[in-house]
Amino acid sequence: MMDRFLQYGLTGLSAGSLYALVALGLVLIYRSTRVLNFAHGDIATLATFVSYSLLSNHYSFPVAFLASLLVGGAVGIAFYFGVLVKAQREGANLLGMVILTLGLALIIQGVVVWWWGAEPVSLPFPISDTTTYRFGGVVVSQLSLATMAAGLVGSVLLYLLVQRTRLGLAMRATSENVMAAQTLGIPTRLVLGLSWGVASALGVVAGIFLAPALLLDPFFMLDPFLKGFAAAVLGGLNSLPGAVVGALILGVAESLAGAYLTIQFKNTLAFLIIIVVLLVRPEGLLGKEFKERV
Amino acid sequence: MRSTPREPGGRGGGASPHPLLKVASVETLYFDRIYALFGVSLEIEEGEIFTVLGPNGAGKTTLLRTIAGLLKDQPKKGEILFRGRRIDGWQPEAVARLGIVYVPEDRGLFRELTVAENLELGLWGRRDDGVRKDLDFVYGMFPILKERARQEAETLSGGEQQMLALGRAMLRRPRLLMLDEPSLGLAPRIARSVYDALGTISRTGTTILLVEQNARLALGVARRGAILEAGRVVLEGTSAEIQANENVREVYLGLGTEEAAVKGWRLYRKRRRW
Repeated sequence: MMDRFLQYGLTGLSAGSLYALVALGLVLIYRSTRVLNFAHGDIATLATFVSYSLLSNHYSFPVAFLASLLVGGAVGIAFYFGVLVKAQREGANLLGMVILTLGLALIIQGVVVWWWGAEPVSLPFPISDTTTYRFGGVVVSQLSLATMAAGLVGSVLLYLLVQRTRLGLAMRATSENVMAAQTLGIPTRLVLGLSWGVASALGVVAGIFLAPALLLDPFFMLDPFLKGFAAAVLGGLNSLPGAVVGALILGVAESLAGAYLTIQFKNTLAFLIIIVVLLVRPEGLLGKEFKERV
Repeated sequence: MRSTPREPGGRGGGASPHPLLKVASVETLYFDRIYALFGVSLEIEEGEIFTVLGPNGAGKTTLLRTIAGLLKDQPKKGEILFRGRRIDGWQPEAVARLGIVYVPEDRGLFRELTVAENLELGLWGRRDDGVRKDLDFVYGMFPILKERARQEAETLSGGEQQMLALGRAMLRRPRLLMLDEPSLGLAPRIARSVYDALGTISRTGTTILLVEQNARLALGVARRGAILEAGRVVLEGTSAEIQANENVREVYLGLGTEEAAVKGWRLYRKRRRW
């Protein structure tokens, strides 16, 4: 009985780790540029397919992984400088910029289908989904352990970047008050561009660790993207710790719902929780409302 | 006095060929058609405190924001020269790197960051070894900042926030420090101590462009100043000259008799004085 609870809890934590990586990227971008990035999942999809191509051509996993991070990060940075900055200069409002990210999502989907085709493929991955370890009554696959490790490492690295480095300080300053940061001579555009890069790379990590659990197709990140988005809203869209907390709660809740209610109820329950939380705390669990600054 | 053909005023020495900052016939518009500055010209000399006084909506803040490069595509007309070099149309980061430090009316603090982090951001881009000394100077001037180093800026009182803003600005080694109403919202005693700090800062040789509504405080520390009304400079001169002006005495300093003040104010609204 207890074992079953722990087993599903653990599965949930593993899924939650992936949601956390997605949510952290979304929150990072939202906090700094107030834009909801609807292309977040698709950037990860593209970068994961890059890994697929490299691994299929017998490149080693670290090379493929690094290449995917770079591609994902580069797409994020290029989109920020190439499209968003220009749109902003032309006076685009936030809604317009959100629509631009939707446009990017569709463009990337098109590119992925055109280059790799729409047939599901499987990502040759060095970590096995079928090798399992037993802890007491709980069974964990190698892949779930690696996924949780990836979520943890990703979150900790992001925490260290944001809280312990000068770039992180500049990121926090810029996301709070762009004008003040500018008048201090902080290169705010560069800081925001790098935020887009880091955020996109986090999404790529989620994509690469999710792909071996299912098959790789041009839309495989849609569900995790929506979950990550929901997790971010649950935790508070402007709170990085909130993204992690929201993601883990969401992952565990949907896993337990699948176990104890019915599997069809898995997604429903997750979103019910979100609706309830948002009715009680509209700013999310750990979020703070943005104060109007003139 | 008219705005554009500027009086040389109390311009002293003239050691350098250029004034530190020259604003020449600057016109700034909002939404491409609402004039906020209507041909403003000013020259600020190295080392002085220059104050710009004026009522709400006169364009004082717009002037500072135009100089700082914070208004996109502005100024529409005119030139801004810093040490003889044109800087109008520059990005705010580039203007900041010249040593023009702008402390906005809301103080421009990062409220969610600690006092120490705010100060560290003031040191952005500095690699010289004077950092320690400058920090000591700031902590010496405002010891309270050291006590509150680990607190978030939003937990500070208004006076402490202004001190943090000034301290952070000083860490940028400003050649020109632009302050927007440093006395705003402060109790008179606190405002006084902020102005004492301005005196200390000025004695380090820092040039200060001070925008104020509190004419008495500002004219007390400034060497020269100008009065801005409805986007035009209507009077310019030394602090003494400005204080001696009848209109200023009446409207800005409230030194007229009560009777004259009431009558004067009514007239002021009807009659064009300047």
